[in-house]
Amino acid sequence: MSLRTFELEIMRYDPDKDSEPRFETFSVPCEEDWVVLDAVNYVKDNLDRTLSYRWSCHMAVCGSCGMMINGEPSLSCKTFMRHMPDKIRIEPLANFPIERDLVVVMDDFMDKLASVKPYLVAKEKKAVEDGSYLQSPAQLKKFKQYTLCINCTLCYSACPQYALGEGFVGPAALALAHRYNLDSRDVGRSARADVVASNEGIWECSFVGACSEVCPEHVDPAGAIQQTKIASTLDYFKDLITPGRDK
Amino acid sequence: MEMTTTDIVIVGAGGAGLRAAIAIAESNPDLKIALLSKVYPMRSHTVAAEGGAAGVAKDEDSLDNHFNDTVSGGDWLCDQDAVDLFVEQAPKELTQMEHWGCPWSRTSDGKVAVRPFGGMKIERTWYAADKTGFHMLHTLFQTSMQYPSIERYDEYYTTDLLMVDGACRGVAAIEMRTGQMRLFRAKAVIICTGGAGRVFPFTTNGAIKTGDGMAMAYRAGVALKDMEFVQYHPTGLPGTGILITEGSRGEGGILVNNDGYRYLQDYNLGPPDPWPRKKAMELGPRDRLSQAFWHEQKKGRTISTPHGDVVHLDLRHLGEKKINERLPMVRDLAISYVGVDPVKEPIPVRPVVHYTMGGIDTDIDAKTAVPGLFAAGECACVSINGANRLGSNSLTELLVFGSRAGRGAAEVAMAESTHVDESAIEKAAEEARAKVTGLFQNVGGGETISGLRKDMNSTMEEGAGIYRTEESLKDTCVTMKEIHARFANIDLEDKSNVYNTDLLQALELGAMIDVARAMAVSALNRQESRGSHQRLDFVERDDEKFLRHSLASYAGADDPGVDYRDVVITRSQPAERVYGGDQK
Amino acid sequence: MSRKPYIRTLSSTSWWLAQPRYIRYMAREVSCVLIGAYTGVIVVGLLRLSEGANAWAGFVAAMQTPASVVFHLLALAFALYHTTTWFNVTPKAMPLQFGDTQVPGSIIIGAHYAGWIVISAALLLLAGV
Ligand SMILES: Cc1cc2nc3c(=O)[nH]c(=O)nc-3n(C[C@H](O)[C@H](O)[C@H](O)COP(=O)(O)OP(=O)(O)OC[C@H]3O[C@@H](n4cnc5c(N)ncnc54)[C@H](O)[C@@H]3O)c2cc1C
Ligand code: SF4
Repeated sequence: MSLRTFELEIMRYDPDKDSEPRFETFSVPCEEDWVVLDAVNYVKDNLDRTLSYRWSCHMAVCGSCGMMINGEPSLSCKTFMRHMPDKIRIEPLANFPIERDLVVVMDDFMDKLASVKPYLVAKEKKAVEDGSYLQSPAQLKKFKQYTLCINCTLCYSACPQYALGEGFVGPAALALAHRYNLDSRDVGRSARADVVASNEGIWECSFVGACSEVCPEHVDPAGAIQQTKIASTLDYFKDLITPGRDK
Repeated sequence: MEMTTTDIVIVGAGGAGLRAAIAIAESNPDLKIALLSKVYPMRSHTVAAEGGAAGVAKDEDSLDNHFNDTVSGGDWLCDQDAVDLFVEQAPKELTQMEHWGCPWSRTSDGKVAVRPFGGMKIERTWYAADKTGFHMLHTLFQTSMQYPSIERYDEYYTTDLLMVDGACRGVAAIEMRTGQMRLFRAKAVIICTGGAGRVFPFTTNGAIKTGDGMAMAYRAGVALKDMEFVQYHPTGLPGTGILITEGSRGEGGILVNNDGYRYLQDYNLGPPDPWPRKKAMELGPRDRLSQAFWHEQKKGRTISTPHGDVVHLDLRHLGEKKINERLPMVRDLAISYVGVDPVKEPIPVRPVVHYTMGGIDTDIDAKTAVPGLFAAGECACVSINGANRLGSNSLTELLVFGSRAGRGAAEVAMAESTHVDESAIEKAAEEARAKVTGLFQNVGGGETISGLRKDMNSTMEEGAGIYRTEESLKDTCVTMKEIHARFANIDLEDKSNVYNTDLLQALELGAMIDVARAMAVSALNRQESRGSHQRLDFVERDDEKFLRHSLASYAGADDPGVDYRDVVITRSQPAERVYGGDQK
Repeated sequence: MSRKPYIRTLSSTSWWLAQPRYIRYMAREVSCVLIGAYTGVIVVGLLRLSEGANAWAGFVAAMQTPASVVFHLLALAFALYHTTTWFNVTPKAMPLQFGDTQVPGSIIIGAHYAGWIVISAALLLLAGV
């Protein structure tokens, strides 16, 4: 199999030694069908054992291996070397603090995910013996796209609002809230609204749309947020007209 | 050492660990749970499961059918009391998942849809398109967020179980972001750390599936059961080992050799028509299909590629619409990783290491022989999978035995009035810490992690692959013993604390070496062919001698000792496994 | 040693130059300034009209100066840009599903263009052009 040599310029940051990140260049002979993650693994196994990064499934579903590849938030297991120029710049995902090398601090994202109450709130608890809820394929299709988020956080890396604004709940978490809101089995929309329809929620979004452009699963969080804005505006007017209506 | 006192520690936040945590939280909200995982929960490898989860759903199906398929699929090495319990609980657990919001695919009347799977007589595999494990894991993770008693410790690498007076009373774990060792004191511990496919070079398993929990329990004195049974899945993508789900054959995909011939009919799986027929041809069990590939390859009827020989999985006749609706991920994976659009061309596939049937020896309540210690999920061996797991039984197993382990541990925790003495458990934790600091102090040994891993991978593939012989296995056992000794000479290049993946990979390698040795030695001792364990020198199944579970016990540098325990047989006597046209 | 997470900062004034997609976003947002300005021009025109024929004639003359023509061309370009960029994202904000089938984005976008043409034609007709 033919080999092509790439220059990998990898951002390094060792909190023990470095006061700020620096770049280090590695020459990596790559096979035709490699992805960027394979090249990074090559560096770790053969050139520098101290390189730190996250990865697991190598099939674009666990969401661990997001990196900035030539400035673009990408899953390194789904970015093919054959589409790359000879020189590749690899950095940790933007907009997150760097723990070390390519590993970023995920705490803020995890907190935001939990803040939107991303679980089914049923009208009344149903016993397992009573069987499943009925849900038509059409009802399923309504929210299915928004279930596909792998929590890779590429969208947070692409979002200038997350980078600038304090506390934006962010694309993936809001898309997940939308997923449950659209589910025919769920009645939790008003419980989620505290966070979702707050200033840090959907109204912080100015619809740059970058999140949807980088999303590897085509979740389209930007779309979810705009839809939530419309629904929440309608709610507001409905509340004005019929105060205390049943939500 | 910083100590956290809790009621129950769960190691592993994949499907099994999360299910256990929720079961505890629901059974008693006052119990404190520490859920430790070396990766964020949604990265756990349950996420990669594609095809579906089995549980009787149709009126014309029955629990007996599911029982019989599972027991014969496992070549009668399953404990039948456990299988009975499993098939009975399966539909309930899957319905519970539906109540928690799992987006199961639906039929036009709004009911949950089921698809056919290999070795299953009737459609009973619940699915969410071809991302079932992904949806189950995220549903469980998201559901778990509503229980305040579940305290998560994400990116905590557990190194040891802490034993006090012969009982398991906690764990030692490295907080990865600081590198500090932390001690967790508890009344009960549940291990849910998943499988060990990474022992082999070519596998569908993610980088994290390194058998850590198996090794921890093994070293703490629990036997590893039936470790010789390693499942090869017949359809992995060459090069990466990415899985193409059995669901693609369930939907009607066919396997052909270099002549375009459906070769499975030559291996007692035919006739090929009428199609589709359950438990026949492409819907035969995985062990048979992978073995058929091996024979085709010997006959020179496979197709050679730079990444090894392949056969073709042809989905074209399903049409674009069905492929997009039922198998969107398969299409995406094939296009991305082998440049083949299944709508237009057949997908190249070859057998790939997929699943460890064996694991930590537990009883039907997910309890191990060590007081206070439970295990569930792929790391455990209950055993319902016997010598060959049927596809889609594992995701269900996570739920059934995950919740059972959770409830069992809750009972233990409620019965214990006090925690063990701080000083006793600190002593155990100090020993665990000493092992880790020892790794840092190695210098000049000259062994590398990647070098040892490569050697382990290749000897396991050569000696303990789809077909095995006494000679190949003996070689592997010797080589693995050497590798175990060489492990003492690895040098850590990374001496820092924060997120030291060099250290973690060394610890994972140590676990894999122990697990691999249990596999090889158990395989050498089983002088028969059964399910996924095929010996060229003992080609028959030998119920007289080996209708028994193997139990490997840890012996440090020496090869493990292997004992046996009778299989529990309640109502299905061992018989020949029949697939294809010969079925009744 | 222990943790010391490094925080990269983003300039709050020039962040939008960092990526082409941010520049495109800014262009869409900035384009509304010219649309706003044009609305101002129309309001002034209405005021003049209410002030009598002379005032109106002066306004019309002012509209015919080269600077004004350039302004109109610019405003038109930005209005078109603004409109098309928003039309193109409408399927995201207002997806339509009938039964099992999702209405393709191209139809939703097409409907907006069709509506635009119909309304423009109606206005022109009313204006007697
Ligand atoms: C590609 C693929 C497809 C599959 N498809 C199907 C299918 O369609 N149907 C089916 O039934 N089965 C399928 N399986 C099998 C099934 O998915 C697995 O057996 C199952 O998901 C294992 O779940 P688990 O909870 O036991 O472990 P995992 O999901 O692997 O989770 C293990 C957990 O343990 C943690 N952990 C491990 N070691 C440590 C440590 N030292 N310290 C702290 N935490 C640790 C990890 O962080 C993780 O959270 C498939 C398997 C693969 C690989
Ligand atoms: S919405 Fe898309 S980009 Fe954002 S976390 Fe989810 S999968 Fe990743």
